[in-house]
Amino acid sequence: MSTLDRSVVEKVAGLARIELTDEEIERFTAQLSVVLDAVDRLRSVDTSAIPPTASVLPVDNVMREDVVRPSLPLEEVFRNAPGRDGDYFRVQTVLEQR
Amino acid sequence: MNALPRTGREAAELLRARETSASELTDLAIERARADTHNAWLLVSDDHARAQARAADLRLRAGDAPPLCGVPWACKDIIGTKGIETTAGSRILDGYIPSYSATVVRRLDAAGAVMIGKTNLDEFAMGSSSENSAFGPVKNPHDATRVPGGSSGGSAVAVAAGQAVFSLGTDTGGSIRQPAALCGVVGVKPTYGRVSRYGVVAFASSLDQVGPFANDVETAAIVCEALFGVDENDATTMALPAESLREGLSDGVKGLRLGVPREYFIEGMEPGVERAVRAALAALEREGAELVDVSLPSTDHGLAVYYIIQPAEASANLARYDGVRYGLRVAGSDLADTYRRTRGEGFGPEVKRRLILGTYALSAGYYDAYYSKAQKVRTLIKREFDEAFAKVDALVTPTSPSVAFAIGAKVNDPLTMYLNDAFTLPVNIAGLPGISVPCGTSDGLPVGLQFIAGSYREATLFRVAAAYERIAGPMEVAA
Repeated sequence: MSTLDRSVVEKVAGLARIELTDEEIERFTAQLSVVLDAVDRLRSVDTSAIPPTASVLPVDNVMREDVVRPSLPLEEVFRNAPGRDGDYFRVQTVLEQR
Repeated sequence: MNALPRTGREAAELLRARETSASELTDLAIERARADTHNAWLLVSDDHARAQARAADLRLRAGDAPPLCGVPWACKDIIGTKGIETTAGSRILDGYIPSYSATVVRRLDAAGAVMIGKTNLDEFAMGSSSENSAFGPVKNPHDATRVPGGSSGGSAVAVAAGQAVFSLGTDTGGSIRQPAALCGVVGVKPTYGRVSRYGVVAFASSLDQVGPFANDVETAAIVCEALFGVDENDATTMALPAESLREGLSDGVKGLRLGVPREYFIEGMEPGVERAVRAALAALEREGAELVDVSLPSTDHGLAVYYIIQPAEASANLARYDGVRYGLRVAGSDLADTYRRTRGEGFGPEVKRRLILGTYALSAGYYDAYYSKAQKVRTLIKREFDEAFAKVDALVTPTSPSVAFAIGAKVNDPLTMYLNDAFTLPVNIAGLPGISVPCGTSDGLPVGLQFIAGSYREATLFRVAAAYERIAGPMEVAA
């Protein structure tokens, strides 16, 4: 079922918010088809009575006291920011004003 | 002094005998790192290292310094270092300077170890050859036309080429053990949950683990003693009683049951690798180990499970690289276009491939067929290991089906590249500890022998590995 076509790669790249060139779409479609064919072999394994493993650890939740502690200083937080406006990260307008 | 001590023990003895100082060792390591011709280093942090060395010398003079005090080490550049640029081998983290250090770095700082700099790697640790770095491929010190393995290639080379006494890497599917094998050094992937991942750039969170490279098993054990332990900032770490990983190093293998899983001796393995590993098995038997034939029938499905779970987790983890808070930003026509362009330009081809694969496996309509299915087969793989460890003390396998291959040989064939990790990734799937130790050569290139133990049984792992190391003798330091 897997063999990918380029429209699927384009759609998934959109979901992953990655811009691809035509050449990349072409190449990744071929390469990922081979990988998907290989992982498709799992279909033959009977897992009807097998629970999934999300984590190998025998723990569910790890709780701690909710203690107020200082966070990173703002100057440290913004030190790597590509755009800053006061105490905000600056990005392009998302909602236009009416 | 013109060469760094080979092991942590030698360094500690020289330092305590005042035959050298932390500052002298550090200057030598910096000089060796700067002279490196394998592209192993992305940054040599001279000033930071020299300041750490001066502090280490004061501690050494005061006496009672921990065993790693004054010992130079190299840090894979996916591990965050406060005030020191951290790239993860990617353009997308361009200029990123962490505001805090990873817990593992803080622990080595506390132990007095001296960090020399940051080492090259496959971008975001995605690769088995260290060719996927945005900063160029790393070369193998045994043959510069070949890869060092990956993704922690720079850290493996730094130790193999005598530029650091030990180093840290990360291992998600073999990224410490496989380059250790291909470079002829020791590499350890601890049990999942042994070592804090706080401050390490996340790749596949149910698989990632930090561990050391060293020229001998004892040094690796010393580093693990410094790294292991609970960290309130990583909920996977547990409070376990501190244990010595060195006490049993000279106990040998007499009376131990070592499982040899038949599925790890596959068609397609290089004959020279199989010969070296079979010879190692015979030597372990002569030392008194009992070899036990073991079957792990789902081994063959490991690669498929891994190439669903790992890219799926990566696609979630790497969603944070959006050009808003740090790193590269490539402005587009609107915010969504800025995300797409930033990620399109910032990520290299292998990262993009895996993010697309992972997003696909998690997308509506495919989740059950891929992700959920892989998690169920993961259960089967883990159960088979659990059953094996009811019968044996440790498993012995080749680390990698091949020795170091030519740079460029596998870059355009992802599936062939992924097969390099066929023997290491099942260990991550099951969360177990594994170690690779040098096991002779094939065509003049190092072969690695992997030992695998049950969860939290690193003491057994180090005991068996040290016994084999005594049989094999030391590997030559590569030029």
